[in-house]
Amino acid sequence: MDPRNFNKFYFAPIGATTMSHSKAAGVFIQDEPRTDWHDETLWFVREKRDKAVRQVPEWEQLRELASGIKDHTLSNLDNYLSAFEKNALANGVKVHWAADAAEHNDIILQIIRENNVLRIVKSKSMLTEECHLNPFLIEHGVEVVDTDLGERIVQFRNEPPSHIVLPAIHLKKQDVSQTFHEHLGTEAGNNDPQYLAEAARIHLRDKFIQSQLAITGVNFAVAETGGFVVCTNEGNADMGTHAADIHIACMGIEKIIPRAEHLSVFLRLLARSATGQPITTYSSHFNRPRVGQQMHIVIVDNGRTKQLGRPDFRNSLKCIRCAACFNTCPVYRRSGGHSYHTAVAGPIGSILNPNLDMKANADLPFASTLCGSCSNVCPVKIDIHVQLWKWRQVLTNEGYAPTGKKIAMGGMAFVLAHPSIYRIAGKMGRWVLRSLPFITNNKTLNPWYKQREMPTPPKQSFRDWYIKNKR
Amino acid sequence: MSSRENILQAITANKPSFIEPPIIEMKRAVLSSTEAVQQFISTLESIGGKAVIVEGVNLIRENLQLSRDTGAYIVNTIPMLGEVNDEITTATDAHSLEPVFKAYIGATIGIAENGAVWIYESEMKNRLVPFICQHLVVCLDVNKIVPTMHEAYSQIDVAKEGYGVFLAGPSKTADIEQSLVIGAHGARSLLVYLIAPVLK
Repeated sequence: MDPRNFNKFYFAPIGATTMSHSKAAGVFIQDEPRTDWHDETLWFVREKRDKAVRQVPEWEQLRELASGIKDHTLSNLDNYLSAFEKNALANGVKVHWAADAAEHNDIILQIIRENNVLRIVKSKSMLTEECHLNPFLIEHGVEVVDTDLGERIVQFRNEPPSHIVLPAIHLKKQDVSQTFHEHLGTEAGNNDPQYLAEAARIHLRDKFIQSQLAITGVNFAVAETGGFVVCTNEGNADMGTHAADIHIACMGIEKIIPRAEHLSVFLRLLARSATGQPITTYSSHFNRPRVGQQMHIVIVDNGRTKQLGRPDFRNSLKCIRCAACFNTCPVYRRSGGHSYHTAVAGPIGSILNPNLDMKANADLPFASTLCGSCSNVCPVKIDIHVQLWKWRQVLTNEGYAPTGKKIAMGGMAFVLAHPSIYRIAGKMGRWVLRSLPFITNNKTLNPWYKQREMPTPPKQSFRDWYIKNKR
Repeated sequence: MSSRENILQAITANKPSFIEPPIIEMKRAVLSSTEAVQQFISTLESIGGKAVIVEGVNLIRENLQLSRDTGAYIVNTIPMLGEVNDEITTATDAHSLEPVFKAYIGATIGIAENGAVWIYESEMKNRLVPFICQHLVVCLDVNKIVPTMHEAYSQIDVAKEGYGVFLAGPSKTADIEQSLVIGAHGARSLLVYLIAPVLK
């Protein structure tokens, strides 16, 4: 793989101009059948979630508990992290701390070099995506094999995942078939998911057995035991870590929960919210390295402590990465994950990413209808839609709103504050709609006209009608 | 100052004032043990696994022997089922385990609400065994099925051993167009024997 090529497609460097969400979404929806398919497929996952949830009468109580445990944990996070570290060290695990993505990547590279490792497998970790670990390692001549099927597919294609649980959800089976034909030599045109998954199984089994080092994420880290839990359906995290001599688990500081009994609440919520399964196939509890194995944990800040200091936004750190908010979001479903140009897309990504880089991600809180569906399905009760609305205000006050929007909003505020001007503007608007429809029915002059018909202008305003009809 | 100190200090400075932890008290319908077993069986089936109730271990012993007679590499870790594969230790490597066709291992408890079983590291002999085998057979005392995850965590000690897993069904993926494929990287099938006492 050519690293320059990889970088170009994978992620724009931080601070570089990327296509805004609305522009990228405009490109995405040009293929209408595929947009509809994407929309329906994610809604199908949302419906599976609903079915699973309805089988648990105490669901709302569980959400309340999960939210309360996370609120409590954040209010005592320093002590829990210290306790976790102490217990993990006692378990024979090496603990590393990284202030940011660069330090996280350096720590991993150093472990790789100290042990002369050549063959590395990685299971799904959104944190390593956030830190751009793969491109970094490639730049340093180290290749990592992603082992989650969806992640392997997008890795072959030099694309980032488009969804945190379903990384290749933007692709059709024909795309996967073509990709596997090119990289694994599968039969051209054979689109059978069973056949394609079997080819990946054989290909990756070989990688697992050869691997010297396995990188995983962490779903939950338990302060009282120093252990951590990794959840997968495919079994790829376990195949990798149990086969390799070295296991590196990467976690954000917010993955901590106080006690093992709290896992019962989170494991009941996670898979049901994510895919509608009652639990993931494997919920693996790692406490100590096996005989002869090295186990490392990298604890990463990368902006999280800053988010903790923002009272309006800190509870976004309660997120357990189930992606229920993605699957329910009318904007995500119709714009695709890549339009969000960040490792974590969707509604939750839109409230996490402005914290990391306000300028680069100023468009994301506007990629929402504020309908509130995300908050309704969130298993830890994050007020996502409220935070989206609050970020819009912060971004506008900090001067990051797009110029067009600032002028339009300023104009709107002026008109709404002056009743006589408002009445004249209304009259003008109705006249333009009637007499000069080419001005409004124009996709260049009027972005509102894209994918919408303009309404028939009423003969009179409500005010005029009211004055005439009141008696 | 190290990143560790910086991070911990930033948290101390930025965290909200202390919030009490909630107490986990679930109010829900009580499940009889028969209902719990039935729910375990139907839930496991819905996620691609299979569970059968057997009286005593004779049937399992016979099936284990039949599997071994085919010449395939069959691993047994349960003494009451017959010869145990002592060549497998915690240190056995992936190359040696790759040919395992079927593995018989024990589990500590089962959970009715999600069809999962808890397996301690000591029950699998080597952490790779339940994952690298092509087919997995788990043996569980039928009286060890609890209704939900809450009872499960109160009955196991997750930190007792170096590793343990809640395992629910065979390995699976839906990463290609949401089509369910059983047998992603781990076992292609899961059969759980629920062992009931032999009736006199």
